Amino acid sequence: MSHSTVTAPGAAPEFYLKHEHHVENGTMLGFWLYLMSDCLVFAMLFAMYGVLGGSYAAGPSPKDLFELDVVAVNTAMLLFSSITYGFAMLEMARGRKQATLIWLAITGLFGAAFVGLELKEFAHLIHEGAGPQRSAFLSSFFTLVGTHGLHVSFGIIWLITLMVQVGKHGLTAANCRRLSCLSLFWHFLDVVWIGVFTYVYLMGMLR
Amino acid sequence: MQERSDLMNLLFGRLSLAAIPYHEPILLWTFIGTALAGLGVFAWVTKLGKWGYIWREWVCSIDHKRIGVMYIILGLVMMLRGFADAIMMRLQQAMAFGDNLGYLPPHHYDQIFTAHGVIMIFFVAMPLVTGLMNYVVPLQIGARDVAFPFLNNFSYWMTVAGAMLVMLSLFVGEFAKTGWLAYPPLSGLDYSPDVGVDYYIWALQIAGVGTLLSGVNLIVTIVKMRAPGMTLMKMPVFTWTALCTNVLIVAAFPVLTAVLVLLSLDRYVDTNFFTNDLGGNPMMYVNLIWIWGHPEVYILILPVFGVFSEVVATFSGKRLFGYTSMVYATVVITILSYLVWLHHFFTMGSGASVNSFFGITTMIISIPTGAKMFNWLFTMYRGRIRFELPMLWTIGFMLTFVIGGMTGVLLAVPPADFVLHNSLFLIAHFHNVIIGGVVFGVFAAISYWFPKVAGFRLNEFWGKCSFWFWLVGFLLAFMPLYVLGLMGVTRRVSHFDDPSLQIWFVIAAIGAFLILLGILSFLIQLVVSIRDRESLRDVSGDPWNARTLEWSTSSPPPEYNFAFTPVVHDQDAWWDMKQRGYVRPQKGFIDIHMPSGTAAGFTLASISAVCGFALIWHIWWLGAAAFFSLVLSAIIHTFNYKRDFYIKSEQVRRVEDARTQQLASV
Repeated sequence: MSHSTVTAPGAAPEFYLKHEHHVENGTMLGFWLYLMSDCLVFAMLFAMYGVLGGSYAAGPSPKDLFELDVVAVNTAMLLFSSITYGFAMLEMARGRKQATLIWLAITGLFGAAFVGLELKEFAHLIHEGAGPQRSAFLSSFFTLVGTHGLHVSFGIIWLITLMVQVGKHGLTAANCRRLSCLSLFWHFLDVVWIGVFTYVYLMGMLR
Repeated sequence: MQERSDLMNLLFGRLSLAAIPYHEPILLWTFIGTALAGLGVFAWVTKLGKWGYIWREWVCSIDHKRIGVMYIILGLVMMLRGFADAIMMRLQQAMAFGDNLGYLPPHHYDQIFTAHGVIMIFFVAMPLVTGLMNYVVPLQIGARDVAFPFLNNFSYWMTVAGAMLVMLSLFVGEFAKTGWLAYPPLSGLDYSPDVGVDYYIWALQIAGVGTLLSGVNLIVTIVKMRAPGMTLMKMPVFTWTALCTNVLIVAAFPVLTAVLVLLSLDRYVDTNFFTNDLGGNPMMYVNLIWIWGHPEVYILILPVFGVFSEVVATFSGKRLFGYTSMVYATVVITILSYLVWLHHFFTMGSGASVNSFFGITTMIISIPTGAKMFNWLFTMYRGRIRFELPMLWTIGFMLTFVIGGMTGVLLAVPPADFVLHNSLFLIAHFHNVIIGGVVFGVFAAISYWFPKVAGFRLNEFWGKCSFWFWLVGFLLAFMPLYVLGLMGVTRRVSHFDDPSLQIWFVIAAIGAFLILLGILSFLIQLVVSIRDRESLRDVSGDPWNARTLEWSTSSPPPEYNFAFTPVVHDQDAWWDMKQRGYVRPQKGFIDIHMPSGTAAGFTLASISAVCGFALIWHIWWLGAAAFFSLVLSAIIHTFNYKRDFYIKSEQVRRVEDARTQQLASV
């Protein structure tokens, strides 16, 4: 490739910068890489479900268990929360702290509603005797859906933390960066949920 | 033993005094030895009054150089443990024939081979390689630190926490008896109800978090923080291999994390992922763990390919032959490493077409690897080769690794693999590539970069002893295993009936003894070099007349690495600077922006270790408490916004003036 970069004749090559070298902040890239690693975890859980999702061990199948209308409401909660997070980011870009906080709070409530409905569904299934121990299908179902729910729960804790920090320090550069990271995380969970809804619930009803 | 009260169970879970193996003399003496050594170090540091220094300047340090050194120390210390396991196995197998049952009962022997594998891969090879990348990469790309200095410290302490759990299993309870990858159903609750597999799971999970984060960290560092002018195709080859390695880490370790979570769910809440009944599928575990496991092999070997590239170019006094092909070969290996995992279990019975696919992809990997080998040879061709220590290790590598590579291609042929699967031939093969590749590479790297780290070179005589003992010891220890493997001897066996096999095991034990001498020589080399440091001192900062940027600064480098950020014009940036009359700047210093140290990483990792210990022993209240304090501490840490400081220009001037005087004294 390059053998030697020829500098302009007469000009001595510069071998160092006389001023401080400002490197671009790498947080967003780093967080994106983390998200991709998380995506792999979900990919694996999907693969597990793909392989074991039909192993009912003479127990209940998706058709016996899933209530699509509840799941549809649940899905709507999460999708709405993504929209409201988008509104929070728009307000953040306008520099309006109060409005940002309000939209974040609404997002958190939608998220909490999602987790609440999911827990209710889990409790119902376990009550019916269709807990994660019943069959490999249910093990992989609970793990895939539960891992997603756990992510949303941590997202909510993170959201509350950020609301406190924005309230305390305002929309500083550091806080905006953190909000952007959580935004990536939140929308990512939305995308994963669309996969879960389609692959586990909708296709489960067709099995 | 009488039943324990409910209160005791609540307080201590499964933990009781019976978990302490005081009836096993080997463990008892090991414990006494370890405790005495620990007390000795403790007393020594206390006498020197250095605890404050160690805490502030090392434990809380976010300096990538210090963290790199700590990783390497961890790797070397754990190597002593892993090697102790190895030589115990060699002794057992050399004596346990016919009526002689050897000195290790099977349940102990099984823990030893599991611990040996786990320790050598996760807590020796990984820390050594990560430590090298941590130390060298920022210096090679002209950066002041990594992208996320705090995360770097946290990653390190998480790795230590994992290692501590493995060590603890020696004295409290027991370790897994399942082999280093803990295949179910053997590792499931039915066949391994004890704490061994739980130690395995939590040690790897905690260390795995550290590995993943350090992978993210180094990718961002390399992508975002290169000195001006250093385009991707001007990066030093070691940095390239580090980049590919860390991409592999980020793309492989989540799979390990997930699969171990599933195994722990099977063990803790009775799910049926890998069980024999209720629809579980143990082969899923084997597939998934190798989807992590095969890239892991390349995570270890790619950085040392980078080391050899640096060493060969430096000690041949030539630009690396075929830089571009070297980069592409590295990238191709990175990609192919994901397409070969099934060759670890051709015997699963997935059919001829699947096995052929994976057999062929496996064989294809030998092409880029072979290209690298030829590039190194052509770099040496007509070079002025200096046979310094790093070069000796490199040549040793080139000779032994080729043998290991060829036996690897042999194993990639499915019909041959059906015969050799799980035999000692396989053991010989992967030790051939790991010792001949990774270990030799790490020793090459240590002897190459040691002057940069410490400011003085390593003693040559003891280094040569170490090299020859390792080389000959390795050949004696593992060539017999190829023979035994071809004769059909399988791995993980602690007693044999056929006396005609014994001679080969005796030879292998002699080889292991020679490797012991190699390790001792290395330790003596360190001690002697520290003693003679004044005569071995490197004041130039560039003792080998090397080519890349890390040699342009002093040895050891100042806290800020470079007073002024270098500007790069050529792939061998420092060589280019030397050729074209670079003059070291002596004035006009500026304030330098640096990250500040923190105890958060150490705290979080300590809590993680407590959490892991509690979960291993089913002490639920402690586990829950540790988990909540972990989350809480992490949140509290995010409230700290003041994470950096400026090194004043006067301070920089003082350091640089001292260096000017030092250079003038040569």
